[in-house]
Amino acid sequence: MTRTMGIAGLVAIVLAAGAAGAETLAPGNVVINDMVVETSLTGTPGDPAAGAVKAVDRKLGNCLACHAFSKMSSELFHGNVGPSLDGAGDRWTPEQLRAIVVNSKGVFGDQTIMPGFYTLDVGIDVDPKFEGKTILSAQDVEDVVAFLSTLKE
Amino acid sequence: MDIRKLGLAAALGLTAGMAFGPAQSDPVDDTLVIDGETEITTRAKAVEGVPFDEVISGWHYRTDETREVEADSFANPGMLYVERGEEIWNTVDGAAGKSCASCHDNAAESMRGVGAEYPKWNAAAGKPYNLELFINDHRVEKMQAEPYKFDAADQKALVTFVKHQSFGMPVKVDLEAGDMKAWWEQGKERYYTRTGQLNMSCATCHEDNNGNYIRADHLSQGNVNGFPTYRLKQSNMVSLHNRFRGCIRDTRATYPAAFSDDLMALEVYVTWRGTGLSVETPAVRQ
Ligand code: HEC
Ligand code: HEC
Ligand code: HEC
Repeated sequence: MTRTMGIAGLVAIVLAAGAAGAETLAPGNVVINDMVVETSLTGTPGDPAAGAVKAVDRKLGNCLACHAFSKMSSELFHGNVGPSLDGAGDRWTPEQLRAIVVNSKGVFGDQTIMPGFYTLDVGIDVDPKFEGKTILSAQDVEDVVAFLSTLKE
Repeated sequence: MDIRKLGLAAALGLTAGMAFGPAQSDPVDDTLVIDGETEITTRAKAVEGVPFDEVISGWHYRTDETREVEADSFANPGMLYVERGEEIWNTVDGAAGKSCASCHDNAAESMRGVGAEYPKWNAAAGKPYNLELFINDHRVEKMQAEPYKFDAADQKALVTFVKHQSFGMPVKVDLEAGDMKAWWEQGKERYYTRTGQLNMSCATCHEDNNGNYIRADHLSQGNVNGFPTYRLKQSNMVSLHNRFRGCIRDTRATYPAAFSDDLMALEVYVTWRGTGLSVETPAVRQ
């Protein structure tokens, strides 16, 4: 029983990954137009629960370094460099949130401190560990966007 | 920054009340008096060209506990490094059989004010020198001793000791000497250059966002008047180039070598920004 489920699960994952792989937009091909990224980066709907975890993870979104949101008030030490994300899902459409997470400079202007999470338009002397890589994967972005869309007041 | 925020708010039809930006967490309004005696200048009118009205020591951005530790020279662990530095000052080293004291005698007199003017143009080397570089050359030439490796414990202690002899005196950098202006320019360019995967410059954090918290860190203006500083988190003295490298690394970038032209230029520029603040060495930071 367990084994069958395991195999079924595995097949599902492979299918999902295959589907995502086929449609995933490379960072260079994502266009921010009028403060929005119109289409999903992967074609796979974002998972808000996974998005919440990735937003908080210091090695991934690390959003709490700069933002508070009350759903995560149990997390210690959030920053206040950026505004509280409470109500972000009311203030912004998912397409706008996608643009903000992909590369906030395309929305807030070049001077913003907020890093671009799915762009290779970055600073000089990138540590070789991170060279040619984005902070979040395309599906991470979709998950985080799905999570942000749930932040309604 | 405000203009951009306004523009964005306008674009979204937000009311002014909803505009971005959390309330600034201001630097703490307090006065640094060491042992109830020596008042330290921790706020000074910025010199022309610095993009602030007032330059503020990092001391004002630290917690009550951390500020108190610095205000009490018995509690300040950095003072142990001053003591260790004094021992080194008086110890013979190298083939010439000399100590610093052999030639300079009492540091309280001979070194008073010296550290406040570094980095300083060094004509022989044709570039700006900080105390670390100066003392290293000096050890070779005057003492026939080995230069210190970057961040060797003795280097940090001796530099802390020499800098401490200027305690309370205003930082001033002579930009008229030699090619200092060109180095200042290069340092300024570096200050505004965004680095790493996180794509941030020194200005992104210390100019645009000082007063805000990034995680638990209250961002200061990034002034250097307290270096070498005692960092509670590391339980150790931290040299200036170590701090520079740490800040650059945090943008997920590779960092230049200590004492490289890049970091020397940055030191010239950043030190100049803090002109007028007292030398606070050994400052205490989190
Ligand atoms: C280094 C600081 C920093 C980090 C890290 C950061 N942001 Fe931001 N963010 C900002 C700032 C600052 C703004 C406000 C716009 C501006 O002033 O540039 C902002 C604005 C936003 C906004 C629009 C504001 C609103 O709620 O109406 C959203 C949404 C947002 N960020 C999401 C995120 C998410 C999600 C993450 C993590 C994946 C993140 N940010 C990480 C600094 C940051
Ligand atoms: C053999 C004598 C001699 C010894 C030993 C010596 N110095 Fe010097 N030092 C000098 C002289 C002479 C000068 C004046 C400038 C020059 O010749 O470089 C000087 C200048 C300096 C200066 C620069 C002052 C300024 O105005 O910028 C510093 C700092 C200094 N010494 C520190 C030290 C330290 C620390 C040691 C021990 C590691 C030391 N010196 C050992 C002779 C000596
Ligand atoms: C991601 C944000 C960030 C960036 C970018 C950054 N720093 Fe920092 N820096 C910090 C934090 C956080 C601290 C510790 C708290 C404070 O004093 O601001 C700090 C501390 C410092 C200090 C010590 C201040 C004191 O009072 O002891 C100096 C000096 C400094 N930074 C210089 C720089 C320089 C120069 C650059 C550019 C090469 C730079 N920083 C880039 C975040 C940053």
